[in-house]
Amino acid sequence: MNIVVDIKNLSKAFGSHIVLDNVSLKVEEGENMVVFGQSGTGKSVLLKCMVRLLEPDSGEIYIEGINVLNLSPKELNNVRKHLGFLFQGAALYDSMSVRENLEFPLIRHFNFTPKEREDKIKSVLEKVSLEEAIDKMPSELSGGMKKRIGLARSIITEPKLMLYDEPTTGLDPITSKEISSLILELQKSLKMTSVVVTHDLLCAEIIADRAIVLNNGIVQHEGTITELTTSSDPFLRNFFSHEIVEDQNRRN
Amino acid sequence: MKNSKTSIPKASKMEKRMTEFLEMIAGLWQFQWQFFKQIFVPPYEIEQIRKHMDELGIKTLPIVSVTGFIIGLVITMQMHPVMVRFGAEAFLPGSVGISIVRELGPVITALIFAGRVSSGIGAELGSMRVTEQIDAMEVSGVNPFKYLVVTRIFACTFILPILTVYVIFIAFVGSFLAVVLVQNMSYIYFLDSVVASVEFGDAIPGILKTFVFGFIVGIVGSYKGYTATNGTEGVGKAATTAVVVSSLMILIFDMVLVKVTLWLWPTI
Repeated sequence: MNIVVDIKNLSKAFGSHIVLDNVSLKVEEGENMVVFGQSGTGKSVLLKCMVRLLEPDSGEIYIEGINVLNLSPKELNNVRKHLGFLFQGAALYDSMSVRENLEFPLIRHFNFTPKEREDKIKSVLEKVSLEEAIDKMPSELSGGMKKRIGLARSIITEPKLMLYDEPTTGLDPITSKEISSLILELQKSLKMTSVVVTHDLLCAEIIADRAIVLNNGIVQHEGTITELTTSSDPFLRNFFSHEIVEDQNRRN
Repeated sequence: MKNSKTSIPKASKMEKRMTEFLEMIAGLWQFQWQFFKQIFVPPYEIEQIRKHMDELGIKTLPIVSVTGFIIGLVITMQMHPVMVRFGAEAFLPGSVGISIVRELGPVITALIFAGRVSSGIGAELGSMRVTEQIDAMEVSGVNPFKYLVVTRIFACTFILPILTVYVIFIAFVGSFLAVVLVQNMSYIYFLDSVVASVEFGDAIPGILKTFVFGFIVGIVGSYKGYTATNGTEGVGKAATTAVVVSSLMILIFDMVLVKVTLWLWPTI
């Protein structure tokens, strides 16, 4: 199997607060890797370092064999074109309609004809079951719809690697399950590799091939969801008991 | 004892404000440096600049029209009794014209523009920052500084001089109306008097400095919005401080530019 993401000894601190401390991680091609951890343990920081929205203090990040930390802005943008990133709040451009949001990366990076662009937009909207939202503004969409459109915008360039930052946060259990199933479905049909940061155990159970648990800036545990949730390790038992209770509360 | 207790927090508050002020100056300096570096790098985003110029011009047109008309009208009515006292009513259109062209037109338009546009840019970019839209743009391989900031600064820099010329014209209409009301002067005499008094050299420094004012409005609004933090509170703060800082900077730069103009062209 090819290694798509290879992170070596990554460290990041904000002032005296060390968020990531020598984190190393490998994600194989086509794999869905879930990153767990308590709030403030650096899960989102890890994702943002991978796309250089944040500059790490030390370490190396290889994406498809390219060390993204050594790239010039132009080279970095070329790598970013082949990545998808779903933000926690979907981050749709407020001033643009759904169509313009989806069109934006296509116009900037590809030489499609208007007809080809329109076909692509309709095709991704069909994938996320929101064809009717094409001319709506983001303010007219619900939280779940925004996530779906955000997902559509991320996959419209057919990225090889997708990064998800809390894809189901703030959604009700039914929508959360729908989004998780959609992520899995898209990952299979588009043969993408994914790194998913989440608190949502239900989402992780649906998506994850493998998961890691970050604690105190290090990768403390690694394994399948079943291995982690059934582990006798006190930290994991404590962590997942909280997650399970929260999950049950949400389901109720 | 009580005084010494209260003076310590006051001092630290003062120190904090001073640090924030100096940080802002340094930040603005770096921001404008980044702007000048980016303007020569393609893509040039001409379509975005045109779009912003359209939006900013249309957004500001009603308020500057009303302001220009009232300024022309009120200045003329205020100056009329003074001119009568000196027996110089015939010079009323000319003196009003010079003050509008050289100072009032450019500065009033710039201040109105700052209030309307700088806060708008600050709020818009601030909201994009806190909702991660700017990050999303960056991750998609688009340079957000170029797309969002450079285009807005360019639009502000080039639309303000156009608005100023328009405001000067509208102010003359207001002034003419006032002259007709208080002095019953014909429009031909009014025009003759203005043309005889206001020279081309009066208009050039006034219009040229509006490029600087436009740049100030664009850069301050963009800087405040682009660097906004702390959620919605930060967005509100960005919008408010953008207006205060840009208005203050317009007045300070006006003072400097008037001095520079008189030094470079003492005959003007």
